[in-house]
Amino acid sequence: MSAIPVLEVEGLSVTLGGRTVLDEINIRIQPGQFIGLIGPNGAGKTTLLRVILGLIKPDRGTVRIAGGTSRGGKPRGGNRFIGYVPQKLHLDPDAPLRGRDLVALGLDGDRWGIPFPSQRRHRRIDEGLAAVDALAFADKPVGRLSGGEQQRLTIAQALLTDPKLLLLDEPLSNLDIRSVHEVVRLIAGIGRQNGIAVLLVAHDLNPLLGVMDEVLYLARGRAVQGRVEKIIQKDVLSRLYGYDVEVLRTAGRILVVGGADSGLDVLDLAGGFHCGHEGGAIS
Amino acid sequence: MSGFGALWQDPQVTNALLVGTVVSALAGLVGVFVVMRGQAFAGHILTDVGAAGASGSLLAGVNAWYGFVSFGLLAGTGVEVFGNRARSRDAGTGIVLSFAMGLEALFLFLVTRYTNNAGATMLILFGSLFTADPSLTPVVVGVALFMVALLLFIYRPLLLCTVNPEIAQARGVRVRLIGVLFMLLMVLAVENASIVAGALLATALLIGPAAAAMRLTTRTSLALLLAAGIGVTVTGLGILLAYESYYWPPTGRGWPVGFFISALIFLIYLAVGFGRSSAGAGRSSAGAGHRPQKGA
Amino acid sequence: MFFAGFVVNAYISGAVIACLAAMVGFFTLLRGSAFAAHALPKVGFAGAAGAILIRADPIIGLAVFATGGALAMGWLGRRGRRDVAVALTLVVALGTGALFLVLQNGYASDAYSLLFGQTVGISSRQVFDTLVLGVAGIVSLLILYRPLLFASITPEGAQARGLPVDRVDTAFLVITGLATAVTVPVVGILLTFSLIVAPAAAAGHLTHRPLRSLATSAGIAVVTVWAALTMAFVTGLPIGFFVATISTLVYAGARLVEFLLRTRTDGGRQGVR
Repeated sequence: MSAIPVLEVEGLSVTLGGRTVLDEINIRIQPGQFIGLIGPNGAGKTTLLRVILGLIKPDRGTVRIAGGTSRGGKPRGGNRFIGYVPQKLHLDPDAPLRGRDLVALGLDGDRWGIPFPSQRRHRRIDEGLAAVDALAFADKPVGRLSGGEQQRLTIAQALLTDPKLLLLDEPLSNLDIRSVHEVVRLIAGIGRQNGIAVLLVAHDLNPLLGVMDEVLYLARGRAVQGRVEKIIQKDVLSRLYGYDVEVLRTAGRILVVGGADSGLDVLDLAGGFHCGHEGGAIS
Repeated sequence: MSGFGALWQDPQVTNALLVGTVVSALAGLVGVFVVMRGQAFAGHILTDVGAAGASGSLLAGVNAWYGFVSFGLLAGTGVEVFGNRARSRDAGTGIVLSFAMGLEALFLFLVTRYTNNAGATMLILFGSLFTADPSLTPVVVGVALFMVALLLFIYRPLLLCTVNPEIAQARGVRVRLIGVLFMLLMVLAVENASIVAGALLATALLIGPAAAAMRLTTRTSLALLLAAGIGVTVTGLGILLAYESYYWPPTGRGWPVGFFISALIFLIYLAVGFGRSSAGAGRSSAGAGHRPQKGA
Repeated sequence: MFFAGFVVNAYISGAVIACLAAMVGFFTLLRGSAFAAHALPKVGFAGAAGAILIRADPIIGLAVFATGGALAMGWLGRRGRRDVAVALTLVVALGTGALFLVLQNGYASDAYSLLFGQTVGISSRQVFDTLVLGVAGIVSLLILYRPLLFASITPEGAQARGLPVDRVDTAFLVITGLATAVTVPVVGILLTFSLIVAPAAAAGHLTHRPLRSLATSAGIAVVTVWAALTMAFVTGLPIGFFVATISTLVYAGARLVEFLLRTRTDGGRQGVR
């Protein structure tokens, strides 16, 4: 691989409130790659995204975007290279805001003053809407759209800066099964067509199985990166978690559950379901 | 310290202590759920609406208690219905509140202009435990005891509905009914506090002790006990300080109970927060971008 | 007689106040911070009482407490639940206000006139102050428009783009405090909240475009205040009561219009098919 990586993280460690949240993390993402960032709650996924965005200053290590200088604790240059899709909208159902207005914020939402309408601005917004197939509901109030439709609009918002890397924080939670697959397909398509690398946070890896190039598995502040069949293995994940886990492959799905002798009952792992409180492994 | 000797002989003070204890204990208990459910605004609205009712009943010449409770119940129903039906919670409750405050303003204006009752505004807005009508004490205490019993009765389903309404629904709990019952609890807790302590203290006692208690523990049952305990302690202390303040400058006037109680509550809240953050447990990992919740 | 100086003064300052209040209201509803908008006038009341106690201008006390209260809410809200932060700021301010009132000698009629608002006797100096502060508030909101919209809807996304979200939030709270300080003397403590929330809520039912909604709420607010002023002059009752009544009616009217428009367009669509 001779291309300059879109994202290069080396020896990254972050301590927050006396707790080591990220511990010697190494990541490398090439242009156009689709990476699934998988891990249980509290593994440090959101912290990692915030470090990449330059919102948290790492204690040690370097984070380079597109070969640039390492990031400090400031989102320099408004993060033009990174499109960020946050987990949720803070929105009243009645808010006077159309889909188009939400997308427009991605274009110039960080500028002062009221926006002045122009042909060029309008066209850019229309292109963004078209890219996520959202023209049909662009003029409806955002608060009354479905979760999947809102998700598409926030993706369009993140795309308007022509990013090289798209960060998505749990875009699939709170979506119904059909929307999950639609959104995944949409993101993968956009990434492929425009050569945008994607780093998508999820707690379930199954919806990403067909589309992701590599998995970045995060647990206990440590990470392993590689192809799914190499990483989602009993020995690799057991080492990462620090106790025995089982990887079960069934009906085209992968379930990661606590091993029978781990003594732990509740596992909210890559299996994407919550085991019952009663027993060890699978329900 | 000339005051404390005579303290227990003064029927005004003993009445204030009795009523204050009961009211603040109930407000503390209900408050924990109010804070958990993010209904502090709704709880506060009830004091304003109650004040509108109270000023109306002053104008009509009936006991203010009826005004407080009837308007409170009306508004509680309104908020419960609007809150669930209206797509926009803040706008819906805001309109109810703004209309109620319009009535309050008109009534208070008419009361001060025509009834020569200049202190009415002061009394309704700020209240005073010392001027609490002793004939109301049995009613206030009785209602409060009944409310505590009701709270204990619906405790478990209420907790489930508060923490996880979807699961509650799936388990066959009647979420709407619980919501209405809790609104009833909140109305009576707030109006009971309003009538004896004023609209100001009703909010202070409802939110303050509960918020402080919830910073101390994550266990609901313990938070309930702590909130009631903090509420009762603060109220008692406030009454004693207010009694003592008759000897402070300007002599003979006395500082308002509401000042002492709200200041004490605020100090406790801050102290608990600082204690926790210096213990290192208070900071969430990705805290900077986190916005707790809407609806404030 | 009707065009006496104070009447003209009242209409001029009324228009500026209405614009500012309605614009604040637009963002208040967008951000779900109605509780703060409701609490700040009351916090300001305590400041006015304190100013009267030390024989200062009550309006200055009002402004200091309203903006200080706004900062306190922002500071506490970043460290805990937002609604609890508002409630606690409110009760501490009211408790202090109660103390100020008790410590005063005699009957604090100046403070009470602030409860209901005052339209008579607005001097041209007051009008000038109101104009300067009001226009400053309106201009700051227009400058903050895009970042504030961004930070209100997707705070995490705005932060990722390098916006100082906390500072934008605080700036908005301070503008709310400022709007309170100029609105209260005219409309009164009790009903400043009506003028902030009701026109914006009504406008939200008439249009979904943010800028248009902002302008519509300002228009509704100006008409409301002028109508309320006129009625107050005619009847001698406090203006706040009319503001609340007219606002409620306008809100109901807006919902009716929305309902009628929707049924008409639905009907039209069916006709085409």
